[in-house]
Amino acid sequence: MKFLKNIRIVLSLLFFIPILVFFLDFTGKLPLALHQLLKIQWIPALLSLNFVGIGILLTLSILFGRIYCSTICPLGIFQDVIEWKSKLFRKKKKKNRFQFSKPQNILRYSILGVTILLFVFESSFLVILLDPYSTFGRIVSQLFRPLLIWANNGFAWGLNAMGNYSLYRVEQIAFIPIAFIVAITFFFLVATMAIKNGRLFCNTICPVGSFLGLLSKVSVFRIAFEESNCNRCGSCEKNCKSQCIDSDTMTVDDSRCVTCFNCLSACKRGGIKYDIRYKKHTANQNQAPVDNSRRTFLLASGAVVGSILIAKANNLNPKKDSILSRKPIMPPGAQNINHFNTHCTGCQLCVTKCPMQVLKPASLEYGISGITQPHLVFATHIFCTYDCNICSSVCPTGALQPIAMEQKKLTQIGVAKLRIDMCEVITHETDCGACSEHCPTQAVHMIPYKNGLTKPEVTEDLCIGCGGCESICPVRPYQAIYVEGSQTQAKAKKPEEAKKFDKVIDDFGF
Amino acid sequence: MKRRDFFKSAVLAGLATAFSPKAFSVSSASKNIAVQSEPDMVAVMGGEPAAMLTRAMKELGGIGQYVKKGNKVVIKPNIGWDRKPELAANTNPELIGTLVRLCKSAGASEVIVFDHTCHDWIKSYANSGIQAAVTAAGGKMVPGNDESYYREVELPRGVNLKKAKIHQAIIDCDVWFNVPVLKHHGGAKNSISMKNLMGIVWDRGVFHRNDLHQCIADTATYHKHPALNIVDAYRIMKSNGPQGKSESDVVMLKSLIISPDFVAADTASMKLFSQVQPTDISDVRHIALAEKLKVGTQNIEKLNVKRIKMN
Repeated sequence: MKFLKNIRIVLSLLFFIPILVFFLDFTGKLPLALHQLLKIQWIPALLSLNFVGIGILLTLSILFGRIYCSTICPLGIFQDVIEWKSKLFRKKKKKNRFQFSKPQNILRYSILGVTILLFVFESSFLVILLDPYSTFGRIVSQLFRPLLIWANNGFAWGLNAMGNYSLYRVEQIAFIPIAFIVAITFFFLVATMAIKNGRLFCNTICPVGSFLGLLSKVSVFRIAFEESNCNRCGSCEKNCKSQCIDSDTMTVDDSRCVTCFNCLSACKRGGIKYDIRYKKHTANQNQAPVDNSRRTFLLASGAVVGSILIAKANNLNPKKDSILSRKPIMPPGAQNINHFNTHCTGCQLCVTKCPMQVLKPASLEYGISGITQPHLVFATHIFCTYDCNICSSVCPTGALQPIAMEQKKLTQIGVAKLRIDMCEVITHETDCGACSEHCPTQAVHMIPYKNGLTKPEVTEDLCIGCGGCESICPVRPYQAIYVEGSQTQAKAKKPEEAKKFDKVIDDFGF
Repeated sequence: MKRRDFFKSAVLAGLATAFSPKAFSVSSASKNIAVQSEPDMVAVMGGEPAAMLTRAMKELGGIGQYVKKGNKVVIKPNIGWDRKPELAANTNPELIGTLVRLCKSAGASEVIVFDHTCHDWIKSYANSGIQAAVTAAGGKMVPGNDESYYREVELPRGVNLKKAKIHQAIIDCDVWFNVPVLKHHGGAKNSISMKNLMGIVWDRGVFHRNDLHQCIADTATYHKHPALNIVDAYRIMKSNGPQGKSESDVVMLKSLIISPDFVAADTASMKLFSQVQPTDISDVRHIALAEKLKVGTQNIEKLNVKRIKMN
């Protein structure tokens, strides 16, 4: 049954490489349809109530065990790659280096329970931090992607100097310390655990892993010893990156087995097999009874304490200046703040796909449970493009509902607030109009002021909050016009068209 | 005098070959039109962009008057916005494609096209249709989105703007053409040839903080001025500029105004524009300010203007 491992590797790369490249791509040249691959990631499928995706994943898990962990989850495969490449750095370059360890049941089920409970109480704090797919997204977008862009800019600089413009420089705008810290912390955590203990992260910290562990205890297929062939050489155990095979007692802890099939390839005698669990003569399943009361206590107390702490942290002190304490601006399609905050896992896909780079991972703008969820940050020439709905079309979790282009052009993500007394036209009595120039709906338009000058005016129900005005307003550091985020994304009025000119001009006029 | 000025700056830019006696004698021996009767301005109406440009260039003595063999040429259209050609927010792509082709036919070694866009440059280049037209004609699109492409130059005649960072393509070329589209503009009132210069500059925030019109006029004093200002009025944007909201803002005028003189080109364009949307030219303050800085003249009655109606 050695072919099973090869199939697993091929399949996993078919998932891993496109997802990795999709996150890395900064040119926008890859087809957006690649995001379909993310529909069978557990947490996004659950959050978006994508029943097809959930059905596929559930069927796979019940049939084959934790196939998700070994082939579909990008963070899982990422750990395999690290573990595989770590041979280069380890002192003892032993191939068979693992040994059975006991499951961290209390820890893993507590994390799972608290994550679920917090989510029930409308805090996606742990879902965001622990969803393996989103963790992978953050690691790639915060750590690897910037390196790639730096490399590109280096090459572009060289090529451009020689008159070749096939590569172009890409600006890396705004470094968000909190998002970076979250990403790098998990990178080191995952990498260290992978190098030392294989899939320990998946079997203690990852709530998806713990949940699937419960399912894989009853999956149709499972890894088991073929006692008549086994000579207890221990080769399977040493190759088990989940450290769930105990060759002494000839048992496999199904809840931690990620069906990588390394054991099958390691065994030369057919002493371990992947087989149907429900046969008439099954081996004794020595499973320790679960201590329910203790677990319940831990879950409940942990959840309560955690929830209180997070709820407290959510009430941030408002800052002084109105532009500094404005409400965060959610991407179009977020609907309302509750929906968005509970459904977004901060995977950074929309952030990496935003052609204007106006989407940024939040620090504490949404409170502590919204760390790394995207919000709009305007800067010169950086605002939400009128003819663009990419973020809402790639969101795998349904936090951003898909919106058609015409709908997007009327989706009010915020409203421009004009502080006319700070305006260049008023303070210096000169023409400016940069805000109106950048307004796609002419919600910001120019009206007569004096001496042939014109000053801006805002019609709020036409404004969609794209931030064109704020991005270009020359008044700094605090612009004379800025966008206040909408807590509920209302529908803006459709801008009226200009009166058509239908006379014929057949003279130059000079 | 103007042509001599142009050659002088070309030489200053480091291209002695452009001024070789051989090249000069070839162009002045051109049979199409005698040098002394070359018009100061050509205005064409009633044709397609390609036909109008070809006709106008013929009147001006042929593209060879401006582009010499082996020259590095830059064309600066307005590609500021992620808008399709029908919305007239950007220069007509057919016009730009034709100009690239003409330059190539005159032996240009390289024809570069760029703009410092307001919208996402990749989308603007693509959706304006200009990228496709330029590439098809053998020209090269170059990005203008990064400060590293810009170098500081002195503007000794500038009033508010004494120096500016200008795109290296302009600084390093032998000859360049300024090809704006005629538009209404919420801030500058109208956007024509001098307003189009904001697309060769990196920091435009400075403009808006230091009297927009004066800064535009100051930029027009840059010693390396374009060989020609080619104002695209095939479609004009009469309202809601510079982006426009819909095709209701657009009027089909099927016109083209060409002059080496910034002020004259803008003055004539304003007169054409005012027939659609009456506008006081003195409100487009940078035109008068530039005249004050001796960039050009508003007095087009005194110029030799060639008017052509094609039908």
